[in-house]
Parts: sequence; structure tokens; C-alpha cells
Amino acid sequence: MFAPIYFDHNATTPADPAVIDAMLPYLSTQFGNASSRHEYGRAARRAIDEARNRVATALGAHATEVVFTSGGSEANNLLIKGATACLKPGLLAVSAIEHPCVIKPAEQLARRGWTLARVAVDAAGRIDVDDYAAAMAHKPRLVSLMLANNETGVIQDIEALAGRARAAGAWFHTDAVQAVGKLPVDFRRLNAAGVHALTLSGHKIGGPKGAAALIVDKRVELEPLIAGGGHERGLRSGTENVAAIVGLGVACQLAAERQAALAVDLGQLRGKLERGLLGLGATLFGQAADRLSNTVYFAFAGIDGETLVGQLDRAGYAVASGAACSSANPEPSHVLRAMGVAPDLARSAVRVSLGRGNTGGQIEGFLGTLQLTVGRLQQLTAMAV
Amino acid sequence: MTYSVKVLDHYENPRNVGSFGKEEEGVATGMVGAPACGDVMKLQIKVGKGGVIEDAKFKTYGCGSAIASSSLVTEWVKGRTIDQALDIKNTQIAEELALPPVKIHCSILAEDAIKAAVADYKKKHSDHAAG
Amino acid sequence: MLKLPIYLDYSATTPVDPRVAEKMIPYLVEKFGNPASRSHSFGWEAEAAIEEAREEVARLVNADPKEIVWTSGATESNNLALKGAAQFYAGKGRHLITMKTEHKAVLDTCRELERQGFTVTYLDVMENGLLDIDVFKAALRPDTILVSAMFVNNEIGVIQPIAEIGEICRSKGVLLHVDAAQATGKVVIDLEALKVDLMSFSAHKTYGPKGIGALYVRRKPRVRLTAQMHGGGHERGFRSGTLPTHQIVGMGEAFRLARLEMGAENERIRMLRDRLLKGVSDIDEVYVNGDLERRVPHNLNASFAYVEGESLLMAIKDLAVSSGSACTSASLEPSYVLRALGREDELAHSSIRFTLGRFTTAEEIDYAIRLLHDKIGRLRELSPLWEMVQEGVDLSTVQWAAH
Repeated sequence: MFAPIYFDHNATTPADPAVIDAMLPYLSTQFGNASSRHEYGRAARRAIDEARNRVATALGAHATEVVFTSGGSEANNLLIKGATACLKPGLLAVSAIEHPCVIKPAEQLARRGWTLARVAVDAAGRIDVDDYAAAMAHKPRLVSLMLANNETGVIQDIEALAGRARAAGAWFHTDAVQAVGKLPVDFRRLNAAGVHALTLSGHKIGGPKGAAALIVDKRVELEPLIAGGGHERGLRSGTENVAAIVGLGVACQLAAERQAALAVDLGQLRGKLERGLLGLGATLFGQAADRLSNTVYFAFAGIDGETLVGQLDRAGYAVASGAACSSANPEPSHVLRAMGVAPDLARSAVRVSLGRGNTGGQIEGFLGTLQLTVGRLQQLTAMAV
Repeated sequence: MTYSVKVLDHYENPRNVGSFGKEEEGVATGMVGAPACGDVMKLQIKVGKGGVIEDAKFKTYGCGSAIASSSLVTEWVKGRTIDQALDIKNTQIAEELALPPVKIHCSILAEDAIKAAVADYKKKHSDHAAG
Repeated sequence: MLKLPIYLDYSATTPVDPRVAEKMIPYLVEKFGNPASRSHSFGWEAEAAIEEAREEVARLVNADPKEIVWTSGATESNNLALKGAAQFYAGKGRHLITMKTEHKAVLDTCRELERQGFTVTYLDVMENGLLDIDVFKAALRPDTILVSAMFVNNEIGVIQPIAEIGEICRSKGVLLHVDAAQATGKVVIDLEALKVDLMSFSAHKTYGPKGIGALYVRRKPRVRLTAQMHGGGHERGFRSGTLPTHQIVGMGEAFRLARLEMGAENERIRMLRDRLLKGVSDIDEVYVNGDLERRVPHNLNASFAYVEGESLLMAIKDLAVSSGSACTSASLEPSYVLRALGREDELAHSSIRFTLGRFTTAEEIDYAIRLLHDKIGRLRELSPLWEMVQEGVDLSTVQWAAH
């Protein structure tokens, strides 16, 4: 039985051994409920406090700014619904390429008296400066723009964008789920530039699924999504998932420690991969923009992405045809549509997202397999025509 | 709840627990608090010549900090005159026991117990004088 | 050798059963795929594990796996059930009924719904903690859309008459939500027989991991909900967010073990609980809170009159127990559940909840009994109230100085 090679780190990552080691006691002897006042409970509370400090330190935030949630989707829902619930309805601006867990809550609000501005992106996937300026001119109350896109890996100039939102008097949130661990992310610095809240998720950075955090400037008033018991300073009720929170803390610390070196390593692998892809005649998306050094989003015109991905899986390579969360959705990527990519080409899109443990040899093997697979599929397509 | 070393010491080894006989000469009682509030303190003082508190005893229904606060004041009032005893302030008790903010009310209750005991003594004394 | 403190707080949370942990770990390591990934075997493997766990959860409560929606825990399930149903059916009416002894996750959600324009009736319970069916019937109104009743109370362990409540709700066309966080593995739950429309579950009260729960949403007759968490459309749109595979696998295994072992386990735990009850009954002025018959075998909640709860907890720190529910015990307020039973504040203040579980031993119970005898004796020596009662004073006639 051979292990497939994992090239889908933007969907999820394996938990780091150090993360698992840190979690295990909380799945066995250290099982207390952190709200209990006896020693079992206090030990759990201390573990959560320590994890909160680790997350805060890794992200350049203060521990009291960290709110633990069950995942990135919940953190984004909490910020968008929670902040707007404390504001008078007005304009809400999100980009057209946000994750569904930002877009869907925004659409909900649009049905409840809010006006929704979907800020356009250019052909490379960067926020369209003119469209953004137009939205800011209408004085939005809340702006949410992702730091780095999950499909294309395109990085936005969040500090500059946040500065303009602040000038317009808006709260500014950034979904940094894909950016943490791949870029330096410092909340104090972002906060100084006008970012009031940031979402991160454990399972994208070698932590467990089931724990994430919203880092939020205390000036932002939030209505909780989940009531009952008043955990997380009243912002998120429910018995804390101690093991996963501990795992998240360690994962954030490791991500911060490793980020710079990992970005260099993955950048070299990506360069090798992209050169190979271009040699095979692939189209690369977002190439003109600054991108995460681990992400390659490409297409072979005329070859269905789903089909190609299925063949690659059989050949032992796990890659994605779109964002994992919307993979159930047969529609072509909303990100590529926003970038003006023709629907036919968008349907051919395949994403490779690299991570720790991937090697140059794996890239070479992958390119070889890809060449054969694409060649075969092109022949089939040609025969069908 | 984490308790200071001093609170734990008074809680584990409370000083001067008990009651004086009701009819004993010079005994006055201060009972403060209410069961519904979670604390009741009974402080008794035995006042000798010149208004000096010769002995003190307490019983407390309440949390560890309440027990420690009342135990502490039985030590502090001994040897003082009743008027000097009134100089004991809750802030001193809270400081001595390193009470956290949520437990400050225990020290206030202990101060109130002293006042109540002294008032009881003065009342009995003036009754005697009048009678 | 006895390990101190002795854990008698299984209703706050349970240890993860080692068999559960063992099943979870591979899903953190090699089987780490995102179950929403449809393009490779990592994703399919995770998805298959999730569906297997869904079947196990459904089997414990005799439901269809399609009726199980994963959430992050019972608190979220309660929020989703109440807000989701109230908002969806708001056109039919805006009145809800619940009980004063519900968990905060239900009560706080009801308060939020009140702010959204719904009306909520909070029913008193009888002195034994059980709902009076006549009181319940009288509270139903033509505009009542939803009733929320807990199966087993977290503080006193009493079992509410869910079957009866369900019959009444169904006959009136009112939805019934049941918070069963404390019930799984302790009472038999048959959702084919019970006329329950929504039911909340938690893994960590039944030897599974924290951070995972589920909501049962009946399909026949179909119950609809307004989603509370939006995004990728996971869980058929009921609840978006990446599914935490290892936690779900843990919940499935925990519920499978509960189904297989609850019969024998509950009898063993009942014997231990009765041993504890007998042991503390020898102490003067001890009052058991809540009905002893209609009660899960794991729970003993008793008030030790004339000693104060916090000092009692401090005195018995070798026992990990709680006074009031774990979620509210950071505050100094007496338990609202015991107040709802009509217990006066001082007895509410001096209550201790002992909850036993899978790993409790007879030796631990005997230790607990000895400790309680010893420490309660000592605290009563310190208690002016005990002294007054011994002298024959009726405390209710005493004029207490307010402070």
C-alpha cells in the first residue's frame, strides 16, 4: 500500500507530532471542564490560558484579544454577524473572492436591511483599487477582505486597504486563515494600520480541526453567535474544546517559528512546479500578483479539472479542483469568475497547495505523471472532437 | 478560587472558635450577615476593666475568606480597648489576608462584626448605667 | 492506591474513554483529510469515517443518520435548535415554553429570542424538580410554536416526562426540542417512539471528546430550521464549517460504547450512588435535592444544612465535585436550579453535586463518605447557625442584619 502524496495543504494539514503530543494528555488524564473549580477544572483552565498566550504571542496580539471558536467559519460568522448586530444597518463591503463563510453571512445581512458591496478584483485576483475606493466613498460600517486567497494564494495589500477603510470610519476584518504560517502576520502591526479583527484556523497550520480563533480589537462590540454560559468573555458559549485549543496554541507557535524558512523552501518547490507547468502549456492563475509561496492554481485548457484531479488521485497525488468547502458545488470557482476567467477555462482549474514535508522529488514525479495524464486526456478530447 | 496562604492557614486552623456563656460578665455579641447571603458571622468579645477586650471568640457560616477574616479579627481585637477595636478597618483585614476583589465583602463583614459587638457592649453597659 | 482528588463530577465532563481516544488519533495523524475534499482519497476516507460515526450516534437514539447534524457541542445544538426553529416558524407564532431549570445554553438563548421579539414562558417545576404536566398544558397558547425541555437535569439528575410532553406537543402541533446532553448513555432514548422534533447531544458528557455535539432534526414529519452558521453549506446547509473528523469519530465511538454498555454500567453506578446516599444519610440534616426515583443513577445532589457551600467545597477538596452547575460556578449566586425547586437560599448554598461515572470505584465512594462525615462535623462546629439550631432557635424567625 503506497501512501498518496499530499498536495492539498490549503484544504487541511496533518497535525504536527508536537501538536499531537501536546493534545494527548487532554484526551486522557487531563480531562477537566475548564469551568469546574476543582483541580481538574483548574488544570484545564491553565491549559487554555497558556494556549491563548501562545496564540497571542505568535500573532502579535494580546491574550485578551483572542476568542476561541470551533473553526474559521464560526470565527468569520461571529465577526460579521456579531459586529453588524451592534451597528445600525448600513453598507457592508466584502470582496467578490471571499470564502463562502464570509460571503454567505454577508448575503444574510443583505436580506436584513444591510447593503452589500462586493468589491471586484482585477484579472490577477487583487482587489480592484477603483472599485474599492468607490465602496469606501459610501462609508461602509464594516469591511471584510481576506489576507490571502485559498484558491489562488493571491495576497492583498491589507495594510493599505485597511487604512482606507479606517479613513472611511469602518471596522475592518481580515480572514487570515490561509495567510497564517505562510506569511508573517502581526496583529499589532495590522491593528496599527486599521485592521480590527483577524481570523485564523488551527487545521490549516498543523493544528487540529475543531479549534480556531478570532483576534479582535476590544473596541469592536460583538453580539455572540452562541449563547449560554458566557464562556470566552461572553462572546462564545460552550464548554471549551481543551485538547484542540491546546493544539491550536502549539500549532500557532510552531507556525510563527517556521514561517520564514518554510516560505523559502516552499517557494523553491513552487518555482520548480510552475516552470514545469508552463513547460507543459498550463495557464497559471494570479501569476501577476503576489502570492503565497505554497499555492499554484493552474488549468490545461480543454481538460476538465475534476477529471484531471480524479486521475491524479488514482496516480497517487492528492490535489484539489477548487476550494475544499465548495467542492461539492459543481459550479466553477467564484474566485476565477471574479477574476474574469472564462467559465470553460475555470472548469479546468486545479490547485496544488504545498506544505511541510513536500519535496523536490515529489514535484518531479508529479510533473511526470501530469505530463502523461494530460497527454492522454488531450488525446481523448481530440478524439471526442 | 485560589486562596492566599494566610486564608488557608486561618481556614485550616481557625483561632478562637467557640462561644462564651451568655451570662458571663463583660461578654458582648455581634452577629452580622444573613444565611441567604451566604455569610453569617458571630463575634463575641469579653471586655474587662478599662474597656479592654480580654478575649474574643467567633463562629462563622461562610466561605473560607469569611472564616479567615473572622478568625483574624479575634486575634486583632484582643488587648485593645473597645474604641481601639473600632479602628480596625476592612482594608487592613483584606490586605493582611490578600483577599481578591470578589472577597472584599468578607472583610467588610468582619469589620461590621466588630462594630456590632462593640455596640452590643455599649448598649448593655448603658442599660446597666441607666438601670 | 487512591488517586486524589477523586473525580465525582461526571456531569461537568467525562474523561475520554481510552478506547475512544485510540480511535480518534489516526484521524489527527495519517487520516487527516478534510472530509469536504471530494477530489482525493484523504477526503473520502475522512468522509467515510464521519458517516460511520453519524450512524453510531443515530443508533444510540434510534434515529436515521440523515437526521443527525454535527455541531461543536450541545450549547451550539441548543442555540441552533431554538433560534433556528423559532426564526423559521416565526410566521406561525412567536411564543415558546421552557423550564426554569434548563441549562444556561437554553435559557440564555431564550433571552436572546425575547430580544428578537419572541415571548417565552419559563415554567416552574415541582419541588422534586419535575415538570407538572398540568402546569405545562395550561401554558400552551394558540401561538406557541416551540417547547424546550431537558431530558435529564444537569444539577439534580431528574428525568423529565419527555414522552408525555411529546404527546401533548404533537397533538397541539407544537415543536418539541429536548436537550439530551446529560441523558445519552444514562436513559434509553428511542426517537422512533418519542414525539420529539429536535434533540441536542454532547460527546464529552458520554466519554467522548469536547468540541463536538450533534442536533437531531426530525425528517418525518419534517422539521425545518434557519441556519445559524453560514458558509460552505456543510451538513446539508444546517451548519457550515470544516468537520473535525477526529472529534466526530470520537463521538461515534463513545456513543457506540454507550449503546453496548449502558445497561450493565448503569446498574453498577446505581449501586455506588446508593452506597454514597446511604453513607451521607447518616449525617444530620442532609437533604437530597430532586426526585430520587425519576433520576439517573449517576447523580446525587444533597444539601448539608448550616454549612456554607464554598467552605464545604474547600473542606472536601479531595473530592472533585461541584456546587451548582459547572458553567455557573464561577459566580457566587446560589444555584438557580435549586432555587426553582423552592429550596431556601441557605440550602441552595450548601448543596453539593456528586456525579459518578464509568471509572468510579467503591473504594472512592467509601473515602468520600468518611471525608464528608469528618469535614461537615468540623464546619458545623464553626457554624453559628448550627449552634442556634442546637439551642432550639428557629432560624426563620431571626431578624438578619442586611449587608
